[in-house]
Amino acid sequence: MPFIQNTDADRAEMLAAVGVRSIDELFEQIPAGLRVEQPIDVPEGISENELWAELNELASWNSTAEKGSFLGAGLYRHYIPTVVDSLQGRHEFVTAYTPYQPEASQGTLVAFFEFQSMVAELCGMEVANASMYDGCSAVAEAVLMSTSITRKRKRVVMSAGLHPHSRRTVRTYLGATDLEIIVAPLGADGRTDFDGLIDDQTTAVVVQSPNFYGVIEDQEAVAAAAKDAGAISIASVYPIALGLLKSPGEAGFDIVVGDGQSLGVPTAMGGPSFGIFATRNEYVRKMPGRIVGQTVDGKGRRGFALTFQTREQHIRREKATSNICTNNALMALRGAIYMAAAGPEGLREVAEHCMAKAQYAADAISALDGFELPYAASGFFNEFVVRCPAPAKLVNRAVDAAGMIGGLVISDHVEGIDERDLLIAFTELTTREQIDLLVKTLSSISQTVSVG
Amino acid sequence: MNKDLLLYEKSRAGRRTLRLGKLDVPAADIKRLPKGALREKFAVLPEVGELELVRHYVRLSKQNVSITDSFYPLGSCTMKYNPVTNEAAAGIAGFRQIHPFQDAGRVQGALAIWKRLEDYLAGITGLPAVTIHPAAGAQGELSALLVANAHFEAKGESQRKVVLIPDSAHGTNPASAAIAGLKAVTVKSGADGLVDLADLKSKLGEDTAVFMITNPSTLGLFETRIAEICEAVHGVGGLVYMDGANLNAIMGVARPADFGVDMMHINLHKTFSTPHGGGGPGAGPICVIEELRKYLPAPRIVEDDKGLRLDYDAPDSIGMLRGWPGNWGVVLRAYCYIRRLGREGIRRAAENAVLNANYIRVKLNKTFHVPFDRLCMHEFVCNTRHQRQHGIHAVDIAKRLIDMGHHPMTIYFPLVVSEAMMIEPTETECKETLDAFIDDMLKIAQECIDTPELLHAAPVTTPVGRLDEGRAVKDPVLCYTCG
Repeated sequence: MPFIQNTDADRAEMLAAVGVRSIDELFEQIPAGLRVEQPIDVPEGISENELWAELNELASWNSTAEKGSFLGAGLYRHYIPTVVDSLQGRHEFVTAYTPYQPEASQGTLVAFFEFQSMVAELCGMEVANASMYDGCSAVAEAVLMSTSITRKRKRVVMSAGLHPHSRRTVRTYLGATDLEIIVAPLGADGRTDFDGLIDDQTTAVVVQSPNFYGVIEDQEAVAAAAKDAGAISIASVYPIALGLLKSPGEAGFDIVVGDGQSLGVPTAMGGPSFGIFATRNEYVRKMPGRIVGQTVDGKGRRGFALTFQTREQHIRREKATSNICTNNALMALRGAIYMAAAGPEGLREVAEHCMAKAQYAADAISALDGFELPYAASGFFNEFVVRCPAPAKLVNRAVDAAGMIGGLVISDHVEGIDERDLLIAFTELTTREQIDLLVKTLSSISQTVSVG
Repeated sequence: MNKDLLLYEKSRAGRRTLRLGKLDVPAADIKRLPKGALREKFAVLPEVGELELVRHYVRLSKQNVSITDSFYPLGSCTMKYNPVTNEAAAGIAGFRQIHPFQDAGRVQGALAIWKRLEDYLAGITGLPAVTIHPAAGAQGELSALLVANAHFEAKGESQRKVVLIPDSAHGTNPASAAIAGLKAVTVKSGADGLVDLADLKSKLGEDTAVFMITNPSTLGLFETRIAEICEAVHGVGGLVYMDGANLNAIMGVARPADFGVDMMHINLHKTFSTPHGGGGPGAGPICVIEELRKYLPAPRIVEDDKGLRLDYDAPDSIGMLRGWPGNWGVVLRAYCYIRRLGREGIRRAAENAVLNANYIRVKLNKTFHVPFDRLCMHEFVCNTRHQRQHGIHAVDIAKRLIDMGHHPMTIYFPLVVSEAMMIEPTETECKETLDAFIDDMLKIAQECIDTPELLHAAPVTTPVGRLDEGRAVKDPVLCYTCG
């Protein structure tokens, strides 16, 4: 049997030691009527080489982004330096458990401590945890955390520009509370209009920048409005953009969350990635998730251990700040290695390349007949909405036919959106050639439409 | 040179590893950004060259104890071998470079694996409706409790607000109940270590929503009265949830659906060999009875004449608990594992897991007190009752094991046994490894009498000794650069 080393002789010897005659006797602790009599409904096992053949076949049914992809919408294809795969793939990181025994886990703990430092720096905050599941659940946990800071308030105000999956996740997590969720609409410029929605009954104000539609929000105004009302301000970020754009900490936010996927994690069908979570020192005891702290051993040597564990479920049970246990440590390690490989200059370079490609594409597309960039004037980073002269679905089909992966047909995922709106993203991996081919493909549509 | 420097301490301005090629379009014009949108202070990140970066993380990796280098009998965590093939499989471009918003027609391979894994888990549990959306076990618990809420609301029974939880349960159970807006009420364990049926029955009523049971329990015991328990819970209109953390002991041998279980989660990162990664990522699929299918989290995988696709709009669904469909990389690894084992191998895994645990138990039970000393499932709990007289606690034995080259067992859990030491060897370990561990445990027991100071001083072979965890709370240093 795969992965089982005991031989029949071993088993016989062990059964004798235990004092039973057979393996079946070991299972007599399960009442007879509850044991299966037939084999379970799972196929026969296969060998390793058969598995590879099957996997290669199944993988060939998927199309990859190698010829270019303009699909982002919260999940971006960035270059991943080889050191990330090579170092994260070390068995000692991959096959260790949560570092409950700090002396036997200093590797993971040091890496988390450095990760927390880098995330806090990136977000402009004082403290970060050792990761959440992903960006969307981090938003939801941040809202739950806000309720434990601003007690007895009634409403959460979240931007319509928040990723639709984040919005759905917040709804699910808040489903059992009495909190009302107000969605602040987007204005004609693509920025959230919070006007008149934030008051002394607001628990939290949640905004994403750049928002789902690629628009850079006026973060300072949002944070200030929340502060005036005594509400907790929560910013959801795209970490790569923080190589260039103002950090939420600088803008005055209380909690910063985001998906770390862009920091060295492949898109891989949406997971696993990791969530980032940062806040101010004063709120650290309200924060969910694992936190690593520095301390010393009996000889005064510096060491690291999980800390503030009394916040957590294994100690506090129903009074814990969150139910999170296993998080996404190994993906956070990728994020740490990525950030360390990039450094501030590398991160800024990646951000500048992303923005340069998007600007180049925006200029070319907005010059095409019939194509409009409805929110471009508000400022964008690496992604923007294109209002096409035909349904976005048809436009995407043409991009697909050119061998590339098109953008997001937004109306497929968000209600009330113009079916002509296509969301397209650019990264340092997008080449000028791919953008030129995209523009050429779009221009052929523009001609078809005007002729038709 | 001090080799134990942090990356930040090795940082020198101007160094870096990642450098992009020449930009093939005009440089970004930052003036096109709105006023005030630029960062004023750049993030302080380490600035290191590639060789220092590689050395740093390789050095760190060597400071971890992992399954790959040591026996890791961490009870309740099922630290079995993580097949290297499965890691390599996740690197296939067709699996790695795909986006969940791609047209379904262009990710049919991924969706097929996803769907097949759901089917396999249905086969293993007997519960027909499966979703792999939840990111980890705790999120699986929360999903299932929200499914229960939706179910009771639809039946006009939203007064059901109590979740009954045995005192031996994982802390995530009550913590999940709290987020689901439910009240956690503890059910006692009886003298035999199993759920006290009388206590449970006295707490069942019209307000009962769910009884959460871990079976086998965290004591490594099969809940022999499980059918009666399920009947009693159903009798008052409640649902039974099984925490599947210990599924490894019974897979292929018994199916939770046959016990009367209505809902359960599975930890793919325990039972189905996907690596723990130092604390995740995992995946916590939930499996439920047909009646509850419509409430499962979105998106669901559905099949129509064009093939498989993700359906985000299931009207009765409790919604999403995270972004995207689920932890695909974890799904893929678990799929590979189940494909290799097949139905026969799954059963053999459970058999060997139970045999290995019992073998260690009988070799240690004369030296270490085993409170419930009878046939166990995949793990058992012992404690330091016989060692206490020498001033020895569970933590001392755990730390001494590190010096002996083993990862410690789980200690101080479950809470119902004082000074608990919970040992779970898993099926992938061979007899010689178990014998070596047993020998070392017996040696440690002798040391408790002869040289207890060795245990109190342990570990001494690690980069640091026992850490002052109180100081980490009292005088917190959580970030290198901040403040």
